[in-house]
Amino acid sequence: MAWFKKARKPIATSTAEKPSRVPEGLWVKCPGCAQVIYNKDLEKNLSVCPKCAHHFRIGAAERLRALFDDEWTEHFPNLSSNNPLRFADTKQYSARLKQAIATTGLKDAIIVGTGRLDGIPVVIAAMEYAFIGGSMGVVMGEKITRAVEMALDARQPVLIVSCSGGARMMEGALSLMQMAKVSAALARLDRARVPYISILTDPTTGGVTASFAMLGDLNIAEPRALIGFAGPRVIEQTIRQKLPEGFQRSEFLVEHGMLDLVVDRRDMKATIARVLRFMRAETAHVAPPTRVEVAAAPALQEPSR
Amino acid sequence: MPPDTLEFEEPIAVLLKEIDALAMLPQTPARQAEIDGLARRIESIRADIYRRLTPWQRVLVARHPNRPTVLDYVSLLFTDFTEISGDRRFSDDRAMVTGFARYKDEPVLVVGHHKGGGDTKQKIFRNFGYAKPEGYRKALRTMKMAEKFGRAVIAFVDTPAAYPGVESEERGISEAIALNLREMAVLDVPVIVIVHGEGGSGGALGIAVGDRTLMSEFAIYSVIPPEGCAAILWRDSNRKIEAAEALKLTAPDLLGFGLIDRIIPEPVGGAHTNPGQAAAMLDAALTEALSEVSAMESGARLEARYQRFRAMGNAGITE
Repeated sequence: MAWFKKARKPIATSTAEKPSRVPEGLWVKCPGCAQVIYNKDLEKNLSVCPKCAHHFRIGAAERLRALFDDEWTEHFPNLSSNNPLRFADTKQYSARLKQAIATTGLKDAIIVGTGRLDGIPVVIAAMEYAFIGGSMGVVMGEKITRAVEMALDARQPVLIVSCSGGARMMEGALSLMQMAKVSAALARLDRARVPYISILTDPTTGGVTASFAMLGDLNIAEPRALIGFAGPRVIEQTIRQKLPEGFQRSEFLVEHGMLDLVVDRRDMKATIARVLRFMRAETAHVAPPTRVEVAAAPALQEPSR
Repeated sequence: MPPDTLEFEEPIAVLLKEIDALAMLPQTPARQAEIDGLARRIESIRADIYRRLTPWQRVLVARHPNRPTVLDYVSLLFTDFTEISGDRRFSDDRAMVTGFARYKDEPVLVVGHHKGGGDTKQKIFRNFGYAKPEGYRKALRTMKMAEKFGRAVIAFVDTPAAYPGVESEERGISEAIALNLREMAVLDVPVIVIVHGEGGSGGALGIAVGDRTLMSEFAIYSVIPPEGCAAILWRDSNRKIEAAEALKLTAPDLLGFGLIDRIIPEPVGGAHTNPGQAAAMLDAALTEALSEVSAMESGARLEARYQRFRAMGNAGITE
């Protein structure tokens, strides 16, 4: 076996960043500081470089393991796209789906799980970038909507971990509408005063950012994640000049007031537990919130269900 | 070719030129008969072309520079228009028009993208219909006001996209669109959306969550422009014609997928050839949709709106 194995090239972006998927070799070279790290050590460190804190991209299952206390239950694993547009470009979309299913073992780019986070029962939806760039199609829209509805029924906090290039082109306007669908579910959750934490990881762009990823009671990002609406290439074409270093990175968004905080992956769980308790989420159960009566404000009425 | 003739209308342009040439000759009954004959041929050729427009041709019609704008429809169908400016946060976005007006004597709020029409100065003034965060925030501010005073919202959608520039990102275009999606879902007044030109992705959807979506016959509604899709998936933006085909972005496609409720017919040759007639056709559909939705009790209307979006795309899922 080779000591080093080259990372598969992800979809090319024009940013200076090197690909950061964890390769499958025994040793990994950190793209941040060129340190050579033993794979097992990296895993133990939640795929964060122990030397420079570079955050390697991680999969949905690894993400859920990092956030849940111990056992968790997966929901709606069998939902899959039936290629509603019969879409084909240089390759059949059905073939792309088949390949993504084979390589990830998932039916689409998201896993929904329920379990406990520091004792607090939560619903978490986490995206899988290895599945067609984490793109949002009808399956992701439906699974997140169900996750939010589940959280609403049980009055449990919901977390959505975004890692996505945006809406899935191969499902056309059907993908686009998932932005509205999930946002509508989040409106009900918001009015019911159930906490929603959005966690943005590298990358979160397009229709995912312009809908649920920006709608958290708190929007929390990992360090140096690419977060934006339009891709850097599209913006460069519009303004006809190179973008400054650090544009659309987490730190840039905090500076412009678009994120609540940037948190190292190793502190993520503890931070979330802390903020959830502020939001009245309790270990084992969520106490019903004290209702604040707002006079003559129909906008605050709870929608009938 | 006259500037407002589209590439696939070449046969029409040739005949129009012939008519122009004939018009220079001295007026005789024979000349008039010839002109009338040519005019009839134009009508039949145009009808023929527009009966079988390809998706890419529809994209061109939807983007036609003379396509009626939100303000054209306001002046043709509404009275007492009072434009409202500014997001009270940063600035006033001219790519997004908002204002109070009367529709059939009933006060309503009109919201709509504006591309600037056929005039270059106007286009620049309106940023070609590319709205920035302040545009979406102005729209939401005025919609909340409509809710406060119990007035229906009529949203006219016609934008290539939300503005993809540095200032858009800095001021939170994502957050602005996202908040509109969430708040429009529970806005407690009737909301009718009319996609009458280009329904450009998230920039369109940012004012397009409502109780009914009506779509003009030759309008398009897409997750990404065909050029962008071709550039990414075919790695060649010249494959836009195939991309337009594959994206299923036409009104009949969207109706088939249950994403819109009704197609508003257009005059043969597109709304720009006869804005008055186009407005009359839109009027009929809008009146009906508005009276249906206004008749509903608030809770039922919001529940129906939720279920409407809740169901979108579910036919594309195998469980």
